[in-house]
Order: sequence, then C-alpha cells, then structure tokens
Amino acid sequence: MMRGLQRGGAAIVGVAESDLGAVAALMSPIDLMAQGIQRALADCGLTLRDVDGLFCATTQARTSAMSLVEYLGLPNAYTDSTIVGGSSFEIHVAHAMAAIAAGLCSVAVITYGSTQRTVGRRAASVREYNPYETPFKPFLPATAYALAASRHMHQYGTTREQLAEVAVAARQWALLNPAAWEKKPLTVADVIAARPISDPFTVRDCCLVTDGGGAVIMTSVERAKTLKQPPIYVLGCGQSITHATISFMPDLTVTGAVEAGRQAYAMAGMTAKDIDIAELYDAFTLNTIMFLEDLGFCAKGEGGPFISGGRIAPGGAMPVNTNGGGLSYCHPGMYGLFLLIEAVRQLRGEGGKRQIDGCETAIVHGNGGVFSAQSTVILGTQATL
Amino acid sequence: MDKATISPLATYLAHLEQGRLAYQFSPDANAPVFFPRVICPTTGSDRLEWRTSAGFGTVYATTVVHPQNGPPYNVALIDVDEGFRMMSRVEDIQPEQVQIGIRVQFRVHRPGGDEPPCPVFIPMETA
Repeated sequence: MMRGLQRGGAAIVGVAESDLGAVAALMSPIDLMAQGIQRALADCGLTLRDVDGLFCATTQARTSAMSLVEYLGLPNAYTDSTIVGGSSFEIHVAHAMAAIAAGLCSVAVITYGSTQRTVGRRAASVREYNPYETPFKPFLPATAYALAASRHMHQYGTTREQLAEVAVAARQWALLNPAAWEKKPLTVADVIAARPISDPFTVRDCCLVTDGGGAVIMTSVERAKTLKQPPIYVLGCGQSITHATISFMPDLTVTGAVEAGRQAYAMAGMTAKDIDIAELYDAFTLNTIMFLEDLGFCAKGEGGPFISGGRIAPGGAMPVNTNGGGLSYCHPGMYGLFLLIEAVRQLRGEGGKRQIDGCETAIVHGNGGVFSAQSTVILGTQATL
Repeated sequence: MDKATISPLATYLAHLEQGRLAYQFSPDANAPVFFPRVICPTTGSDRLEWRTSAGFGTVYATTVVHPQNGPPYNVALIDVDEGFRMMSRVEDIQPEQVQIGIRVQFRVHRPGGDEPPCPVFIPMETA
C-alpha cells in the first residue's frame, strides 16, 4: 500500500518532547501537543505560521484535529487524525509524506499529548464494551499480550528470564537518559519478583503510566536542506492491521510487523542487516522479542536467545530502545511518537551518553492496540540517500 | 440486503440462553465465521448460516489475571473444534492449572441480573 511513496521523499527536520512524567495540574493533552510543537519548531527554526499540515491523535479528545486547529489558530491546515493506537504516529509519517508529495501541505506537524498519569488510565482511555471479551474480565491490554506470551513460551521455549532481560536492558538505557522516568537500576530477579499483573507478566514487564507528549516536524527534501538541523530522511514506510481484539489475532506469535516491515524494507531497499538501531514499541517485554523476530533481526522463535547476554542493552551488538523505551523512559498511553523522536536524535548524533557511534540508519516500529496495528518507518541520514 | 430484524449478537445470545454455543458458517467461503457479523469477511456475502458447536475445544493460550483486589482468575483463548477461536475461561480447576493444549468442554455461565449468559469451559475429564 506504500507503493506511491518515494524513498527519501520527505524529511524529519524537528523533534521535541513536551513536559514528561507527571505534568502540572490541569494541563490538557492539547497543551502538551502545543508545547511539543513550539519546541520542535524551535529545534528546526520554523514558526507556527509555517505549519500547514496537522497530524494528531489522542484518546483524550474525541475530535483532536479540530481541537488542535482551534488551539493553534490554523483554520486552513490540512488535517489527519487517524487513530489506531500507539502506532498512529508511524502511520502519520506515511500520510504526511503522501500529503507533502501531493502538495496538500508543505510543513507537517505530527503530534501527541496525554495526561493519563494525572487523570488516571481509565479516565484517559475509556475501554469499549466488547460482548465477546469483556465478560471474561481480561485486564487489557496486559492480558492480551500475556496470552501471546503463553503461546511464545509454549511454542519456542522463551523463558521468564528472557522476558525480564528485556526490561533490564531498557532500564540500563534509561539510566543513560536524563529525561527517563525510572532512575534506579533493575535486575532480572527484581522483574520476576515484582507484583504479578497477568501471568507471566509482573508490573516490571509492563510499560509505564506517565504523562507526556511531543511533536515531529516533516517537510519536503528541498525545504529540509534550508533548515537548522541535518535532515533525517524517510526511507521506508509500511503498515498492517491484522485484528482489533486479541481473540481474533490470527497467530499470537506472529504480528503484522512481518508485513509492515516487508513493505518498509522494500521501499528502503534494505534488510535488517542494514539497520544500525531499532526503536521498537515495547508496551510489554514480549513485544521487543517478537518485533525483533518479525522485522528479521533473528528467526521466528529465536528472539529470547537473541536478546540474552545484553545484546540489546548499552554496549551490546544490537542497540534497541536507546531512550529506555516505554518500559523505563516514558509511556503516556500511545508511545509511537517517542520512537521517532529518539531515532532522529540518534541519527543526528544528539544521544549524549547513550549515543550510538556511526548511527546512519534506524528502524522505528509502532504497535497499536493488542499487537493489532503495526507500522514501520525506516529513517536515514544524508549518507543513506 | 434486507433490513435486519435481529442483530448477530442478539442471535448469538439467544442461542446461549438456550444452552447452545452458536457460530456462523459461510458456505461461499466454506469456513466458520466468529465473532458473528452481518457479512462474511472472506467473500463479503451476507449469506451466513447459524450452526451449533458440539462444545468441545482445546486451550490455545492462557493467563492468570491478578487483580488488585480479589482472587486471581483465568482468561483463556479456546480453539473450538468447529474451527473458530474465542476468549473464555476454564472453570472447575485452579487458574494456574489451565495449560495450553488441554481439552475442554463448553457450559453456559449465567451471571444473573442484567448480565447476559456467557460461554465458559471446563476440563473434559471432569465433564
């Protein structure tokens, strides 16, 4: 479905987080979007009056594009508020790229905001009644991913310790990131001994519940070259939505990341071997393992052994979730935007203590729902064009 | 398509009230359809037959949920023998004793009050 997009046809020129963690009382999700937009525009040297495309999603505003247009005073902006959970923002990258190529807008803002920690997870994200699931009281989304974990462990021998190692690696990265929520070291034993949520997961296998938001600015290649920051090019995009509810996921051990990744690699003319860093939506520890498999970094079923021994941790051969991820950096409900922000920072060499040397290519993989909506974006520096 | 006189969900629940686990079958796709809907997701046709499952299945995936308050409980996905999968729970054994691959049998759980009946499963050995 991404056949109409051109490799390197648009660039990310500005990125920023809003306030993160626990934000000031009565801040709204749109306040956080606006903070992110102001900071991301400052990052690239554009102003609000340059913006003519708005791509946004939040669970806390029913008509978020309308709210954002009103807030920013941009009545003529091209808008897209596609919402498919946490991967919405990776899909927005493809949509913004298409809109820029079609002349529908020239400076596109992709933005998110959530105050789920402040207002409570239930208030921030009201769950619809599903007559085929709700009567059984699944603790969603954790129970859905836990069911997938039961299959992965059963079919491939993935161990409890391997799942925990994903959380430990994320924590080690977070300790190198001043913006991360978690500040204390974590061990495999700590993860396993933590409060059980939905077996095999304890609370340390589950993403954080924080506030936060941010923005990403995209524009044409021509315009990107005139701005403050080195452009980061969109080399590939892909998406696949295989189901909405876990009951109807075709195979609990294989996600739509296989197809999303196939599309993105084909557009980029790359394989997993060409990727320097991976930013993978780690809503739960299992996700990192399954996405590494589905995106071709190892064979199906070998994700557990693959991540063992610190391979994805700082200093390991395959850097994954270099900001600390949804497990230890921040997770305000729909985390996909933050994957893009971290990938761009690494590709620009702005990673500080967590910077990967010689980072030229990044794969960003968003996950929405319960392994439902998968979207992959491959980014690269000027050298990769 | 004629105006619907009863929804797919209402039909399903009416069968459950009568103690039957019902599902749809698409003759054009030669495949079961579950959850119930107004058209077949393979063919787009509205020709869907209602069938009754024999009520036997196999646990496909399982977890124990640990609520902040109250005892742990099972949530499972069941592969029903007629070829469809559904969320449910396995009763009559401890939640952590529910294992992938065990054979189970359907029974109706009637919560009472305003809540509709729902399909649960028990191990076949004790059925």
